[in-house]
Amino acid sequence: MISTGYEARPAPRNKKAIAELRGVSKRFGDVLAASELDLAIAEGEFLSFLGPSGCGKTTALRMLAGFETPTEGDVLLDGEVVNNLDAHHRPVNMVFQHYALFPHMTVEQNIGYGLRQRRPRLPKATIAEKVGKTLEVVRLIGFENRRIWEMSGGQQQRVALARAIVNEPKLLLLDEPMAALDRKLRKEMQIELQNLQRQLGITFVLVTHDQEEALSMSDRVCIMRDGKIVQVGSPQELYDHPRSRYVAGFVGTSNFFDGVATKSEGQSVSVRLANGAEVEGRPMVDAPIDRNVCISVRPEQIKLRREGEGESVTVLNCIFLGEHTEYLVKHQTLGEFLVLSPRQSELNDGPFNTGDTLLASWETSAALVLDSNP
Amino acid sequence: MTQRARNWLLLAPAGTWFLVMLLLPLTVVLVFSFGERAPAGGVVPAFTLEQYANLPARWTAFKNTMTLAPIGTLASLLIAYPLAYFLAVKADPKWKTILLVLVIVPFWTSILIRSYAWIFILGGRGLPALLDWVGIEGVRLINTPFAVLVGIIYGYLPLMVFPIFVSLDRLDKRLLEASSDLGAKPWATFLQITLPLSIPGIATGCMLVFILLMGEFLIPALLGGGKVFFVGNALVDLFLQSRNWAYGSAVAVTLVLVMLITVTIYMRLINRLGASREDVSIM
Repeated sequence: MISTGYEARPAPRNKKAIAELRGVSKRFGDVLAASELDLAIAEGEFLSFLGPSGCGKTTALRMLAGFETPTEGDVLLDGEVVNNLDAHHRPVNMVFQHYALFPHMTVEQNIGYGLRQRRPRLPKATIAEKVGKTLEVVRLIGFENRRIWEMSGGQQQRVALARAIVNEPKLLLLDEPMAALDRKLRKEMQIELQNLQRQLGITFVLVTHDQEEALSMSDRVCIMRDGKIVQVGSPQELYDHPRSRYVAGFVGTSNFFDGVATKSEGQSVSVRLANGAEVEGRPMVDAPIDRNVCISVRPEQIKLRREGEGESVTVLNCIFLGEHTEYLVKHQTLGEFLVLSPRQSELNDGPFNTGDTLLASWETSAALVLDSNP
Repeated sequence: MTQRARNWLLLAPAGTWFLVMLLLPLTVVLVFSFGERAPAGGVVPAFTLEQYANLPARWTAFKNTMTLAPIGTLASLLIAYPLAYFLAVKADPKWKTILLVLVIVPFWTSILIRSYAWIFILGGRGLPALLDWVGIEGVRLINTPFAVLVGIIYGYLPLMVFPIFVSLDRLDKRLLEASSDLGAKPWATFLQITLPLSIPGIATGCMLVFILLMGEFLIPALLGGGKVFFVGNALVDLFLQSRNWAYGSAVAVTLVLVMLITVTIYMRLINRLGASREDVSIM
């Protein structure tokens, strides 16, 4: 591991909130870009805002950076309200979507820019030393005097990253930093970024529309839609305990069956589906009785067998994925749904083929009763 | 048709124009400048440096041109830059086009008419009368270098505004956000990002205004009233009034040389500035 020169910081996940949004709304003319956002970002964590374009995630980030002032509510940094604190006064740095590197400066000058703005001035030697260490961290030694346009996309990305982290910000904001990179490079940068975050202990806030990126890198993911926060949690929590159909669909794939909740018994809720079928499920939302709900069952939670218990289904299509095979099956009343079956379970029963009639079953706990709406 | 032939064909109109309208007259002027004055105007062919030896007689014209052209360029720059900055950065996009058109509106009437307007404004019954009325007496504006400068700035401002506007308008506004994000106050951002990145526009604007100013004769003629005259006025006088073509040619050739030298030095400076643009970050 490369020595960073940054002093060790307490491990992530301690309770202190480094940044907070309290009832924050942002209105641009008639458009409500962000609505009543409540979120505490813990010191040292890696948090992602995830959602489609126009969901308000970038607005949230820009309010943390100081480029936008909230219409309502408060933005807090380190426990202090900073609503009216300009960007240049905030101990926060940003990696811009297209990097926004200064074209008239060398790599070294770009990275040292933030340090040169400090008042009282930092000694030249200190700046050179810090820039040098950061160049080492982002593996750009030897590129000091290069011009920005002489750098590849991936290298520019690392310059942008270096230009931000050299200031040791309390919060590092990343606005779709990987959007301009090709797939392979993106994967590499994701791993690099994650390592860097652990190494430096700086709190990272990432904005992305790429669920895979958000889930693979973050400690917590904040899912947004139409300017609102839909659910916040670790990738596992969001995958295992989504509260709405939107979240379950955004984090991985799932089968959804719409219906109305009829009765609840202990840890189980009965749902009458549109076609009249009754399905038992585990409630993820409070008191769903008589409300429109949605049952979600992950494809990998469904078992397919030739004999034993289960509902009779017909295989419509199968896609071989190596370790797993994905089947599209049809049930008489439930309709079509996806099943992801591990290779192992097929070894006993032999491979299933299109047209086979099989038995499908799942645990009640695997059927999650969710909000139909976000 | 080969690529080569096509290139020549494309260059032909401009090339012909260049040859007939620029190089030929320039050669004629050069030849004339070594000639002798003919009694009834025109030139007697000869090879003498007599005309050049007489140049000091027109020293004042050169001195005026060489002081007022740079000063006028600089003054235009100082006035045009904030205007271009406002138009490109601060103005509401809805109004931008209208405001830009307003900058060119003066060009819709002849510079002659507009300069006459200035004769009145700066003349005895214009501004001085107003100043006199508020108690500041004995101010004379017309026929002074100041009047010429006012006319220059007024006439050349749009030529300076446009190149600067273009370079500022093209400036990626995210760079300004990035600078602010990295802790630079607005003024520091201007000096370190906006100004260096608008140097190409400044350079183009200054060059344009300066070169045209070196050949200016109308504004000094009208607002300088024969007291503040440029080389251009000397040329008008020599060619049209005293009909001393040989001497006029020598003055013209000298002006071209002076211009060539100045512009070369200027280009060198700009290129050096561009090559080490980090030095521009003054802060």
